[in-house]
Amino acid sequence: MKLQIGKPCAWLIIILCLIGGHESLFAQTDADAIMMAKNNYCSGIMYGNSQWDQYWEGTLKRNNLNLGTVSTQMVGYMGNYGLSDKLNVLFGLPYVSTKASAGTLHGQQGLQDLSVWVKWMPYEKKLGKGTLSLYGIGGYSLPVSNYIADYLPLSIGLHTQNLSLRAMADYQVGNLFATVSGTYVARSNITIDRTSYYTTSLHLTNQVDMPNASSYSIRAGYRSDRLIAEAIFDSWITNGGFDITRNNMPFPSNRMNASTLGINIKYTVKAVQGLSLIGGGNYTLAGRNVGQATAYNGGVFYILDFTHKQKKSTPTSNKK
Amino acid sequence: MKKMIGLILFMAIALAALQFSCAKSISGRTDNLAPLNPAKTDTGAGNWQTILLAGPTDFPVAAPLPVNNPLYVAELNEIKGFQKNLSADDQAKIRYWGAGGVLRWNEIMRELVAKYNLPPYQNTDGTYPFPSSANPFAYPLFPFANPPYAARAYAYVSAAQYDALVAAWYYKKLYNRPAPYVVDSTISAKLPKTTLPSYPSEDAVLAGVTVEMMKLLFPDEIAYIQQKADEEEESRIKAGVAVRSDIVAGEALGRQVADKFIARARTDKAGAAAGTQTDWTGFVTTTTARGETPWVSLETPARPPMLPLFGNVTPFLFPAATTATLRPGPPPSTSSTQMKTETDEVYSYIKNPTRDQMRIVQFWADGVATYTPPGHWDAIAAEDFINQNFSEVRWARNMALLNMSLMDAAIVCWNTKYFYFNPRPTQMNPSIKTLTGIPNFPSYISGHSTFSGAAATILGYIIPARASAYSAMAAEASLSRLYGGIHYRSDCAIGLTTGQAVGNYAITRAKADGADN
Repeated sequence: MKLQIGKPCAWLIIILCLIGGHESLFAQTDADAIMMAKNNYCSGIMYGNSQWDQYWEGTLKRNNLNLGTVSTQMVGYMGNYGLSDKLNVLFGLPYVSTKASAGTLHGQQGLQDLSVWVKWMPYEKKLGKGTLSLYGIGGYSLPVSNYIADYLPLSIGLHTQNLSLRAMADYQVGNLFATVSGTYVARSNITIDRTSYYTTSLHLTNQVDMPNASSYSIRAGYRSDRLIAEAIFDSWITNGGFDITRNNMPFPSNRMNASTLGINIKYTVKAVQGLSLIGGGNYTLAGRNVGQATAYNGGVFYILDFTHKQKKSTPTSNKK
Repeated sequence: MKKMIGLILFMAIALAALQFSCAKSISGRTDNLAPLNPAKTDTGAGNWQTILLAGPTDFPVAAPLPVNNPLYVAELNEIKGFQKNLSADDQAKIRYWGAGGVLRWNEIMRELVAKYNLPPYQNTDGTYPFPSSANPFAYPLFPFANPPYAARAYAYVSAAQYDALVAAWYYKKLYNRPAPYVVDSTISAKLPKTTLPSYPSEDAVLAGVTVEMMKLLFPDEIAYIQQKADEEEESRIKAGVAVRSDIVAGEALGRQVADKFIARARTDKAGAAAGTQTDWTGFVTTTTARGETPWVSLETPARPPMLPLFGNVTPFLFPAATTATLRPGPPPSTSSTQMKTETDEVYSYIKNPTRDQMRIVQFWADGVATYTPPGHWDAIAAEDFINQNFSEVRWARNMALLNMSLMDAAIVCWNTKYFYFNPRPTQMNPSIKTLTGIPNFPSYISGHSTFSGAAATILGYIIPARASAYSAMAAEASLSRLYGGIHYRSDCAIGLTTGQAVGNYAITRAKADGADN
């Protein structure tokens, strides 16, 4: 689906930190089947909050009276620009803070990772009663501050540079749609402040080999020019890594897996052209070496049209 | 055209991703060391002063067969058989152990300490289980290798290795059996050649003594340790630097020396260091009676204090009665203005820590699941010793001096902690959140500072050119606890000087042990 002013701007959805955050906080920004029209720029501010008091120590679910509830808050700026109707560039930059309600550990805060995606829709055709569109999304993220990764579960991120490749398909019939996508994330090694650490053996180095990861996502719901409401299932799998041992602290190269179920709603305000509001939440159904988080988020977005030669309301070829 | 741009972009990202994955392999700082090639063979080390042995001949080692004996020739043939097809794995093990047995065993110990340095999870009724050496495989696994436990373990193994190698050097000189590659030039030395006699094998001595010590210290790991010992011994035969009888004699000597240290360890009072409920309550009563606020555990549920009677353990470098004389005077009273000022100072550090302060805190934290501060100093020392080209016996002597200092520092520090039972900064002001975990024992004096003061002092004697670097490291390690909100400044400062006093005992010993003549 392609859109311009007067239509909802692209989903900018957030998955918040699990046990210290897996991938970027904007893991899902690129995972919807919506393109900005050429020369349109949609941007906005998002707030997100995530909390857990139960987590998986390896596969063992437990609480920790010396952490209580671990909460993460995030404020981020995000944007999506249409280079063409079929090629968009997206970015996001969050400020993150963490804290634990019990115990003595100091919370952390800071600017986290800058993410940039290129989103390409090479194919969009009528198929049966609906429209099938295919997408390829490539992303890169890098830490923009020297935050501590090796301070889980209260670090604000894992401090890897990530390269991601996502393939996505969307099918829409009338106002009903379904989107599936699969992603591979290559992660760089990280450097930590200490000169040795133990995983399943002792490492005499400050470099940590961060396992790569993959994820898939299924989403379905209602989508019109003014309203989008969808349910989302996400699964994040770390390809390698090790389990937290009994009563140990987590470590960045743990095998962090999580399956989450959530909803998102986006509403485009009638009275103000280009303005939209979004909100959503999700819950971690199952996991490994991560917190069982409940997360919610909300945001305000606005579309600017830099196509001066055209009238702003001229629709492009997005009608099915 | 646009399709092309998209395609090119994706190809670029895919290529970059590939690059990412390929560039990931990481090697440790000591993975690919050059083989140990001692600057001096220390042929006279058989006369160096031993620690527990009365002298190098406490345990007899029989004279070896002469090199023209058919049984010795058969042993040469064993080497030749191995050397006909050395696998890549054989070569890797020759290289690994070739860097030095004292070094590798120290690394293996550090690994086990890190693996076992995990506080037990509480029982459902809020009490805590204790690891039991009688049932080491039941949760919580034995041992909980916390800093005092680790310091003592490193010290016993290092001291036993030293005594065993002094004895080995004595017999090497006495019997003067040359290395196999000297006897038979068709045997190739896969490691640097030396004039040091090969009987008994120093590597087998190390393997034997360490295996026996580790049975006591890490009973869950006996199979793993035995495998490492076998690898070490086998690698020396395959390398052409020892024959089977060098190995057999060395291992037997090592095991016997270990028995002497094990007997000491069983009676050094460490077994009773956990104390009982009566002891734990006693600290509170005594401290309260002095008009001071007693320490409380900041964990939930409250955990009994860590090894409160470790201060009674028999030290290596001075008599047990000396421990109390090394204990510093009291910390500022918990009701004093100075205590308030020092607590405020801690709060000022954790309120807005700089990234560099956080780095220092993390660098020296050495908390749960690490090889502890004594292990960190072992790592610092080992990586410097590598560049010194010490002989194995000198390696062992220097590690023993360091680790005896660290153990005795733990004894004096723990003695002080439980004598004063002083609260942590966070207990005085709960808004002090810490940048690393708060250890579960009283504040005064700082363990990190005491360990670091002791280690920097003896290391500065061993490598004088690095003395100022060591004291700078010790000062940073000490202050890291203030930056992290773990300790008051006086805990750190007095811990450092107390540690230095312990380190001076090691220097006194070092000056007299014959190694520096």
